[in-house]
Amino acid sequence: METMTAPLELQTVYQRPNALEDTYTNYCPGCTHGVAHRLLAEAIDELGLRDRTILVAPVGCAVFAYEYFDLDGCEAAHGRAPAMATGVKRALPDRIVVTYQGDGDLASIGAGEILHAAGRGEKISVVFVNNAIYGMTGGQMAPTSLPGQKTSSSPKGRDVAMTGNPMRMSELLAQMEGSAYVARRSLHDPANIRKAKKAILTALKVQEAGLGFSMVELLSSCPTNWKLTPSEALKWIETNMLPIYPLGDYKVADAVRDL
Amino acid sequence: MARELLKGNVAIAEAALRAGVEAYFGYPITPQTELLEHLALRMPELGRVFLQAESEIAAINMVYGSACTGTRTMTSSSGPGISLMQEGMSYIAGSEVPAVIVDVMRGGPGLGNILPSQGDYFQVTRSAGHGDYHPIVLAPASVQEAIDFTMLAFDLAEKYRHLVIVAADGMIGQMMEPAELPPMRPLPTKRPDWALTGADERPKRVISSIYMSAEAAERFNLKVQARLKEIRRNEQRSTEYETDDARLLVVGYGSAGRIAHSAVVAAREKGLKVGLFRPQTLYPFPEASLSKIISRIQGCLVVEMNAGQMIEDVQLVAAGQVPVRFYGRMGGVVPVPEEVLAAIEQAYDSMSELSLAAPA
Amino acid sequence: MAHGMILIDQERCKGCSLCIEVCPQHVITINTSKLNAKSYHPAGLDDPGGKCTGCAICAVICPDACITVLREPPLRRGVGLSSPTVERML
Ligand SMILES: Cc1ncc(C[n+]2csc(CCOP(=O)(O)OP(=O)(O)O)c2C)c(N)n1
Ligand code: SF4
Ligand code: SF4
Ligand code: SF4
Repeated sequence: METMTAPLELQTVYQRPNALEDTYTNYCPGCTHGVAHRLLAEAIDELGLRDRTILVAPVGCAVFAYEYFDLDGCEAAHGRAPAMATGVKRALPDRIVVTYQGDGDLASIGAGEILHAAGRGEKISVVFVNNAIYGMTGGQMAPTSLPGQKTSSSPKGRDVAMTGNPMRMSELLAQMEGSAYVARRSLHDPANIRKAKKAILTALKVQEAGLGFSMVELLSSCPTNWKLTPSEALKWIETNMLPIYPLGDYKVADAVRDL
Repeated sequence: MARELLKGNVAIAEAALRAGVEAYFGYPITPQTELLEHLALRMPELGRVFLQAESEIAAINMVYGSACTGTRTMTSSSGPGISLMQEGMSYIAGSEVPAVIVDVMRGGPGLGNILPSQGDYFQVTRSAGHGDYHPIVLAPASVQEAIDFTMLAFDLAEKYRHLVIVAADGMIGQMMEPAELPPMRPLPTKRPDWALTGADERPKRVISSIYMSAEAAERFNLKVQARLKEIRRNEQRSTEYETDDARLLVVGYGSAGRIAHSAVVAAREKGLKVGLFRPQTLYPFPEASLSKIISRIQGCLVVEMNAGQMIEDVQLVAAGQVPVRFYGRMGGVVPVPEEVLAAIEQAYDSMSELSLAAPA
Repeated sequence: MAHGMILIDQERCKGCSLCIEVCPQHVITINTSKLNAKSYHPAGLDDPGGKCTGCAICAVICPDACITVLREPPLRRGVGLSSPTVERML
């Protein structure tokens, strides 16, 4: 902390949320995984859920998420967070169970688990960080990579004839009867970040009210593997991801509107 | 409690209930399906968790999650499903949560068939997926033992915070036999002090299998190895039959052990000095009792319903002191006592030739 | 306009500059003469004119949650508060 102290007449209007540990994260500078963490922590604080939330961390850059939050937490196998969360939630139905997953984790290796968790209406909340790439393993193509996107495993750009088109998980999961709330937001500027926070609050409230499966997809940056500066990466989300991944609410069950 | 006629799979399921299993996650696969079906009926009746998962991969990871909350949890499957569970088993191993898996083994490799086999011996005893680990493996040879070992499995899992596999072959799962079920045990009232329950008025808890630095990972591994050593010291189980004056020792577990028992009885009737050693724990392998017997016999015959897997453990114990022969059937073929008897006679003869040839 | 100020956790900051880009008052800079323990040049408030409004936009975008935002309470009628400057607060 800086050595400055605030004069009496100033009030703190924003500070680090309590649900975040007082620790340093391993994320690259400007990576919006950090923003997603902060929003989740703020939402948990605001709803007073810290002492009954259990976080299921993924395999991906967020593998240490359980170290960054001051919550009970565990670490799932790659893609299996929804199954692990199902085990936790079924054992402790009155706790709040949150998975935090990347797009490789959720849309590729774990596509089956997320689909069935939504299908069962599993009362968990999913924070889905879509950065259109495999971050942790060094920038390979994900099922969410954009057409033509150059990655280390699609060096000439994603060829949709060979590898298909980006998978839109929010649209897909919204089709499941069991999903109560599915929304896509973006982390590319402050206004959108504020909207993302609201969506995360809603997702947690949906779980608290026992309404079903809830997920917030967050369009997120990977400056390192996109080979852009943090601010260029935010612009890349806006320019390239938004047209493929339209923001919005994909599923809002009637009961959710009454919350 | 009175003895009743019970099917192996149902008996295991009912024993798990009475042992206090609080949550079950599984996926249908023959020849274990009645186990899942019985719990589908009984768990909700008792207000406990039953969930049919979308796959064995999901099932084992649900088990992992549930076990992390200190809830008594199990799954069951057979060969192909156990193969799919290996990664999840490794995570369970790497984070020291107790869990019970029942493997009702069938013929392989591949889809193989649904007939009884012991082809999963390597798969269940050598590791739990990747990494250095051994689950505790219990091998029942009767419906009664299947019941008793299921009860024991939960005790051992919780005592050592370890993965326990009940490795029954398809015959045990499918056969009907009179057996006695234990009374219903009370459910645990307190969660263990490592369980995830929400950080309510206590520091947060974390369950993970990550040990980033080589040193931390080695330290964890050393801890696991120390626990395995303790398990090897305390938990070896086996039964013996007519081993005192035996010259040839037949070694078999599960159904093969049971068939071998009939063959040994028949061999004794023919005047052959043959005994039976039946491991009840496959890990830890009951090497202490076996090596005592091996020091006083002239030969060993291992009988399995596979191409010879446990034989490696017997050979390790025998360490070249006596010849170790093998008789096995594969692919779901269950040997009949007569063919095992023939193998015994052959082994006996060759042993006599050997000892005749050996210098005094 | 309300007056505000921010405190940036110098050890946690990774110098990503996102706060700098979004600050409507352009009062955050990277302190290139300073390196933190993780070898990043941290950002800091550079607001000699007292222009920071405490709008918290910088904090909203900061991926490392290292910004604390302070602001004057709403003015009480007839009682003006003097504007805080960085110098006063040091
Ligand atoms: C079974 C298995 N397969 C592969 C891996 C290697 N692996 C680790 S993270 C990862 C991709 C993660 O990408 P994503 O989920 O998009 O998260 P990000 O790192 O971008 O946040 C892969 C393939 C693994 N750990 N386990
Ligand atoms: S590799 Fe990409 S996703 Fe991972 S921390 Fe770095 S910027 Fe973020
Ligand atoms: S609070 Fe607003 S004005 Fe002050 S530094 Fe942050 S963004 Fe700039
Ligand atoms: S956004 Fe946060 S981490 Fe990035 S430079 Fe500003 S204070 Fe530092």
